[in-house]
Amino acid sequence: MYVAVKGGEKAIENAHSWLAEERRGSTDVAELSIAQIREQLSLAVNRVMAEGSLFDPDLAALAIKQARGDLIEAIFLIRAYRTTLPRFGCSNPVATAEMACDRRISATFKDAPGGQVLGPTFDYTHRLLDFKLAAEGEVPDAPKGAPRDEPTPHITEFLQGEGIIQDEPEGDETPDDLTRQPMEFPSKRPLRLQSLTRGDEGFVLGMAYSTQRGYARNHAFVGELRIGKVAVEMDIPELDFAIDIGEVELTECETVNQFKGSKTEPPQFTRGYGLVFGQSERKSIAMALVDRALRWKELGEDNLGAPAQDEEFVLSHADNIQATGFLEHIKLPHYVDFQSELELVRKLRREAEERITPKEAAE
Amino acid sequence: MVDQMKTEDIARKEWMGLLARVPSDVLIAKWGEFDLRPDFEWLRRPEVGGVMVRGRTGGTGAAFNLGEMTVTRCSLALDDGTVGHGYVQGRSKSKAEVAALIDALMQTDVSEKVRSQVIEPLAEMMQAARTSRAAKAAATKVEFFTLVRGED
Repeated sequence: MYVAVKGGEKAIENAHSWLAEERRGSTDVAELSIAQIREQLSLAVNRVMAEGSLFDPDLAALAIKQARGDLIEAIFLIRAYRTTLPRFGCSNPVATAEMACDRRISATFKDAPGGQVLGPTFDYTHRLLDFKLAAEGEVPDAPKGAPRDEPTPHITEFLQGEGIIQDEPEGDETPDDLTRQPMEFPSKRPLRLQSLTRGDEGFVLGMAYSTQRGYARNHAFVGELRIGKVAVEMDIPELDFAIDIGEVELTECETVNQFKGSKTEPPQFTRGYGLVFGQSERKSIAMALVDRALRWKELGEDNLGAPAQDEEFVLSHADNIQATGFLEHIKLPHYVDFQSELELVRKLRREAEERITPKEAAE
Repeated sequence: MVDQMKTEDIARKEWMGLLARVPSDVLIAKWGEFDLRPDFEWLRRPEVGGVMVRGRTGGTGAAFNLGEMTVTRCSLALDDGTVGHGYVQGRSKSKAEVAALIDALMQTDVSEKVRSQVIEPLAEMMQAARTSRAAKAAATKVEFFTLVRGED
């Protein structure tokens, strides 16, 4: 129950002034610029764009600065800004097969056409702190090889030729949009993917890990993981044709999963899919695993009662802004609520005492 | 769809896409070096908005909503009536204005000058950046070699 309470304006104002001062930190240290955050904390920027559901690196960097590095607070700021933007339209689906890949690996095919391209990865680093970064220094240029100009084909294409993997036929249905209408269950796969791609990385990771540990295990291999830029094309109302309105960096993960077959389908491989703004590899793999776990019904698999198979559970709790909003509201004044609880407990205690006292008197 | 596109539309699609992708400071700096400043009238002043970016399930299947991106658009008309549209990535109103002006000029008889002094250098710059990343990626491509076992 909410009751309007007046007062505290001065305290709030002063608290926010102090917040601004604390955000700045010691003035003996140079202030961070938005460009520094965008360029040097780019994976934090990517996470804020993915979960804020808005691709704009400068805005995400600003949000990180304003939120003092609290990424969920930054995501909140981006979500709030996003709601103020008029929607110009929807893009044509991005062609990830045309991606200019910075990274492209497969855990299933060693000799995939296009090769195993590691890109700027943390993999194979020793995870030892590098104290050289604590000192200023020049970074040597990265080595260059012969650039590949043609697009890199998707790995699943090769399995598809054999008919041994479930097909993903192109559909032209307009997908549901959870920013426009509330989530309804049972949900279609496109809506689930939208929810997962903007879902909290930690939550989606935890759900994915639960499937690996045996709660609806789905035996996933990373068929392909690719990171790079794709053009975004949209039909322009003023013109009779579509133009590129920009390009976005994406991480795409396709898992290849064992499938014993069902009453209607022969044994074959099935797929889980992850597509996330920015270089967001962990999130993208986790998304693909959870997507696959949620597909049990359409694939005729058993409901094992695992949390990752429960779309209502997964999708209703994946959004960290909804979660943090509801969680954190309990710290705001609930004086009247609590007052009534207090009255109730006092009354119950009084009644209990009255019940005991006559009994004691009789003994 | 593309098959039916007129040749001039294909060319326009290409330069508008380039203008959308180029970083705003680069575009504005390049325009600053260009010596034509045509008069124009606004048909639609620059406005910032969002476009919902879509993907496909499994890369090829049904469309789904991935998230939005910021876009700024505007439309203007030169004194001779030529209409230019700017649809550019990001929130820079001056970038959208420059893009719309270039789009309009590219349809007039100064198009060759705009092409050689603005469009082509920008296209080369974007291609060079793309090639540079592709070259760095190529250097991280794994070369496998098979180990020969000692025993027979």
